[in-house]
Amino acid sequence: MRVSMDIELKDVPGQMLLALQPLSEFKANLITVLHHHQKRTPRKTVPVQLVLETKPESIGAIKAKLEENGIRVVRVGEHRFRESINVVLIGHVVHTGIQDTIDEIDKTGFAEVMDLSLSMPGINLLSSALIRIDAVGKEDLQKALDILKKVSAKKDLLMVLPIDIQA
Amino acid sequence: MKTVRCSILGFGAIGQGVAEVLLMKKEYLESIGLEILVVAIVDSRGATVNPEGVDLADCLARKRMKGTVAIEKFTGVEVIKSVDHELVIETTPTNIVTGGAGLQNMLAAFETGKDVITSNKGPLTLKYRELMEAAKAAGSSFRFEATVGGSMPVINLANEVLAGNRLKSIKGILNGTCNYILTRMLEERASYKDILAESMELGIAETDPTYDVDGIDTACKLVILANAIFGLDVTYRDVEVTGITKITPEALEMAYERGHVIKLIGEVSRERIHVAPRLVPINHPLDVRGTLNVASIDTELAGEITVTGKGAGPIETASAILSDLIAVYGSQ
Repeated sequence: MRVSMDIELKDVPGQMLLALQPLSEFKANLITVLHHHQKRTPRKTVPVQLVLETKPESIGAIKAKLEENGIRVVRVGEHRFRESINVVLIGHVVHTGIQDTIDEIDKTGFAEVMDLSLSMPGINLLSSALIRIDAVGKEDLQKALDILKKVSAKKDLLMVLPIDIQA
Repeated sequence: MKTVRCSILGFGAIGQGVAEVLLMKKEYLESIGLEILVVAIVDSRGATVNPEGVDLADCLARKRMKGTVAIEKFTGVEVIKSVDHELVIETTPTNIVTGGAGLQNMLAAFETGKDVITSNKGPLTLKYRELMEAAKAAGSSFRFEATVGGSMPVINLANEVLAGNRLKSIKGILNGTCNYILTRMLEERASYKDILAESMELGIAETDPTYDVDGIDTACKLVILANAIFGLDVTYRDVEVTGITKITPEALEMAYERGHVIKLIGEVSRERIHVAPRLVPINHPLDVRGTLNVASIDTELAGEITVTGKGAGPIETASAILSDLIAVYGSQ
C-alpha cells in the first residue's frame, strides 16, 4: 500500500540518513521525499514529507524505528489515490445493477468509485449517472476505465469520458 | 485578366451559395486578375449551358421560381465531357454509400484534365486514393476545404499555413447539428427528442437526421482529414463511431454541475479515428455553443492551434470554395 508520512528532522547533519535507513531496513519503496529546508516548525525542526510503498504490517515497525532514531513522526496516512476523473454513464444504469458496476472497479484494489450522482427521470426512461473514479496512478486509472468500458458494453451503457483521456 | 471557365454541378443550397458569392465577389476577383465565367449549371433535372457564360442572377431567380435551372437534358458527366471549361465546382449531395453523382463527376473531370473544387464529402470518404491518383495523373488541381467544417479552415490551415509542422492530432466538433442539439438540451433541460424536433423545424437538422446524430457525418469528415492531412488510407469503416441519441438532459446537467459540457467530439491521429460524446471542461477551447464548429490541431512546433467557425450554411461553405478557387487560380 501507498502511505504518506510527515516527519520532522533536527537541523543537524546526518538526520536524513537516519530517516531513510528504517525504510530501507523494512524494504519500503520510497516514492517521493519533500524536504522543506526553508520552513521550520515551532520546535525549530525541518518538516519532511515522505510517500512510500510498503506492506501494511511494516508501517508500525517503520514508525517505531524512526522514533527510536530520534525522528518525530507527525502523521501517517494512507495515500493511495493520486488520479481522479469523472465519467458519465447513460442507459439503464440502475436496472442493470449499479452495485455490480461499482464493485467491478472497487475490487481491483487500485481504483475506487468515490462519488456517484444518479438521475432516474422515469421507469422506462434512460437513467444517467456521474461517477468519480480515483486510482493509484495514471496506468491504474486507464485499467479501471478499460474495466468500466467492458461492463458498459455488456450492460449497453453509453460511457462519456473526459476529452483528455484515451477513449 | 485571366478567365476561368467553370461549371457548377449541383444547384442546391451550396451551388446557389457559390453563384451568389461569385456575383458578390465579381469586382474583387477582377481586382486580383480573375474573371470567373460559369459556362454551365447542372441540377437534378438537367442543365443550362452557355459557352459565353450563363447569367448567374437569372439562374438563381429561375431556380427559385421553377425549382430548376434545367433547359437541356444534360447530366453533369455530359457537361464535363462536352462543354469546354477548366474547373468543375462539384456541389452535388453527399452519398457515402456509392459516392453518388459526385464521384462520377469528379472522375470524369479528371479524365478530361479539369480541376475540381468540391464540398461533397461522399466521394472523398469512399475513394480518396483513387481520386487523388486520378487528379495527379491528369495534372489537375483538386481541392476540398468545404468538405470539413464549412467556412472553418482546417485542411488548408494544416497543409499550407502549418506546413513543416508534424501534426499529432486534430480533435473537434465537426457537426453543427449535434452541437446545436446538445447546447439546446442543456439550456432548456429538454429531451433529445424535443430538441431534435425543434432542430428539424428550424431546418438545422435534416428530415432524416441519422447521418448527423449517429456521428456518421463527423466520421466522414475525420476520414477526409485522416487521408488529406495525416496521409493515411482509410475509409468510413475504419472509424469507431458513437452518436448522441442516448444523451439525456440529466447527464448534461450533472456534467455541467461538475464543470463540464458534453460534446460530440471527432478525433483523428495516425493511430486512431474516433467519434464519441465526450466531457469537455467549461470554457475549454472546444466548448463552443450553438451550431458552431471547432477544431484543435495539436502540432509539434506550434502547440495547439484552435479554429472555430460556421460549419454549414450556403454562403459560409461557398466561402471555402472561393478560397480554394483563389488558391488555384489567383497565383497563376
